[in-house]
Amino acid sequence: MAKMNMLHAINSALDITMAEHPQACIFGEDVGYFGGVFRATSGLQEKYGKHRVFNTPLTEQGILGFANGLAAFGAPALAEIQFADYIFPAFDQIVNESAKFRYRSGNEFNVGNLTIRTPYGGGIAGGLYHSQSPEAYFAHTPGLKLVVPRNPYQAKGLLRACIKDDNPVIFFEPKRLYRASTGEVPEGDYTIEIGKAEVVKEGKDVTVLAWGAQMEIIEQAASKAEEAGISCEIIDLRSILPWDAETIAKSVTKTGRLVISHEAPITNGFGAEIAATIQKECFLHLESPIERVCGLDTPYPLALEKEYVPDALKVFAAIKKSVEF
Amino acid sequence: MTNPNNISLNISHALEFIDGHALNIPTLKILSEDGDILDGATAPDLNKETALRIYSTMRFIRLLDERMQAAQRQGRISFYMQCLGEEAAITASAAALKQEDMIMAQYREQAALHYRGFSLEQFMNQLFSNEKDLGKGRQMPVHYGSNELHYLTISSPLGTQIPQATGYAYGQKLKHIDAQSGELSSEIDNVTICYFGEGAASEGDFHAGLNMAAVHKAPVLFFARNNGYAISTPADEQFKGDGIASRGVGYGIKTIRVDGADTLAVYAATQKAREIAVTTGEPVLIESIAYRLGAHSTSDDPSGYRTKDEEAEFKSNCPVARFKAWLLKQGWLNEEEDEAQKDKIREEILAALKVAEKIQKPALEELVSDVYDTPIPALQKQYEELKEHIKQHPDAYPITAGRIK
Repeated sequence: MAKMNMLHAINSALDITMAEHPQACIFGEDVGYFGGVFRATSGLQEKYGKHRVFNTPLTEQGILGFANGLAAFGAPALAEIQFADYIFPAFDQIVNESAKFRYRSGNEFNVGNLTIRTPYGGGIAGGLYHSQSPEAYFAHTPGLKLVVPRNPYQAKGLLRACIKDDNPVIFFEPKRLYRASTGEVPEGDYTIEIGKAEVVKEGKDVTVLAWGAQMEIIEQAASKAEEAGISCEIIDLRSILPWDAETIAKSVTKTGRLVISHEAPITNGFGAEIAATIQKECFLHLESPIERVCGLDTPYPLALEKEYVPDALKVFAAIKKSVEF
Repeated sequence: MTNPNNISLNISHALEFIDGHALNIPTLKILSEDGDILDGATAPDLNKETALRIYSTMRFIRLLDERMQAAQRQGRISFYMQCLGEEAAITASAAALKQEDMIMAQYREQAALHYRGFSLEQFMNQLFSNEKDLGKGRQMPVHYGSNELHYLTISSPLGTQIPQATGYAYGQKLKHIDAQSGELSSEIDNVTICYFGEGAASEGDFHAGLNMAAVHKAPVLFFARNNGYAISTPADEQFKGDGIASRGVGYGIKTIRVDGADTLAVYAATQKAREIAVTTGEPVLIESIAYRLGAHSTSDDPSGYRTKDEEAEFKSNCPVARFKAWLLKQGWLNEEEDEAQKDKIREEILAALKVAEKIQKPALEELVSDVYDTPIPALQKQYEELKEHIKQHPDAYPITAGRIK
């Protein structure tokens, strides 16, 4: 074990992949000798050469089109979109191509070798175009998998699982935590199963659910709640598609209450899907309406970011509201 | 000193702009309309066996297109697209490749697939989306694909295969990398050919794909079928400048323009382009100038946007007839045998159609297979619920109800 931040953990997962497959390629904007704007790919071009770790022209649709072709050929394609806010030019290549490659061809062809890494989320004073959480757009697309880690240990194990998974996966990296989150990470290889939520802390009064960067916020809110005598069960969803409805339902059956928090706007955010499913699964066990603490239905702001984001106080207020209903 | 802009500066003191048509790229033509080699032209190295295989493919596709166009009009299939007028461009370019080279087509290149060995039965199974369709009945007619024949399954969104071809070709090149030194071999085994129309060349994917291929040296042959129309939009409302070929030059890609109705010119150009790609690892652009004699698809009616006179003019320049004239002059083909063959193929097509339309549709489980490598829990649950519902109402779902386990 070694102490790593999230960038080191991601770098380590990529390093293992590059060593394992002679045709694995890392590509994206500035990922080459510069090592990416966040330095997640530092040192990999020196180690694996310019043919396998390279800068692309500034074309997100080109990166994903190229990635689809390379993955269809059979090589692990590790594509980086520099910010999740800029994934939309590649939307067609992801939603119409990556996601449907296997289905539309009757599995004559597939792009299971494709992994898309992209930093997402706020908290870096990035304003509209460096802070978005676009996971819900992709969660509506059968054929994709979506994974979000919350700390370095998760980042490495989940990223390795995404790369080994025989389906195209988008790996959303909480950029606010890149350097802020550190922890013990095994230096060797390991994976964490995709599609399984993690019960981070057991509790009995209310289930509080989030993923990625929002985990730290709900943990702070849960501490406040504990001080107020409320016992919170904290769950990290980890994987948005497929998502672990079973673990959430089991927890809500026990606690009778659910608070969901995410940074993306509330309307049609992924929290809506969770709320709909859990009210069906747990209808007779619910003690109060399912609460959602999310971003407002506005573009992500710059100056009033603190007001916009679902912070610990807002989550705590929702927990109290749920318990006191 | 290296110029960081990667441009060799040719300083001028005259305030001059370059015209959009300044390149005026020539068009390679080898065969006359009467089937003679033109003065100054050199016929490619094309043996009798390959020449006759090209011809029989063009003839087969013409007959298949004719019959299936009619089948759509009879309501037997939902949709169809012909390659009428472009048989030479598609077949001759496919013939100049190796069988293991990858083909990424747009949707009008059935002749290339047949040249590779896609059988009449396989065409019919896809067109009727029956349970023997390799694509398991999921896509509209003409969306063929075959892993065995290295022909990527067609995707309806336009131009998406262009950057994909770059990525695939890059993989073909990377297959030859030395794991220790990280160096690439100077020769590679296979290339990817990517077909698209001049309309698709307006999509962002076209520019992304060409630029990435040029910068990263991917051995891909971009084959632009400039056939005059993108559905109803004529080429002069589609692009400015000197055709699609000028864009290849702009991206720093070796480029050639050919007469797309000239089998020998297309064959020669593609053969040479492939040689360039395997020896340098770099992309090549071929622009084929032809005319889409048929409708865009069965949902289209060209009488609404072009004249009978225009169609007649291009009909007189039939690519199949032109190549046939050359074969007759070579003494490799005779009229009587050719006519007899045509009748035989027509009968075979009709018989295959009758068989394919009676084969049952894919089983219910094919509705949920292949979304992922294995169905995810939510989908598995939806499938079980659907199965239960169908079991309770079998009469409402006659295609699948009887086969549910």
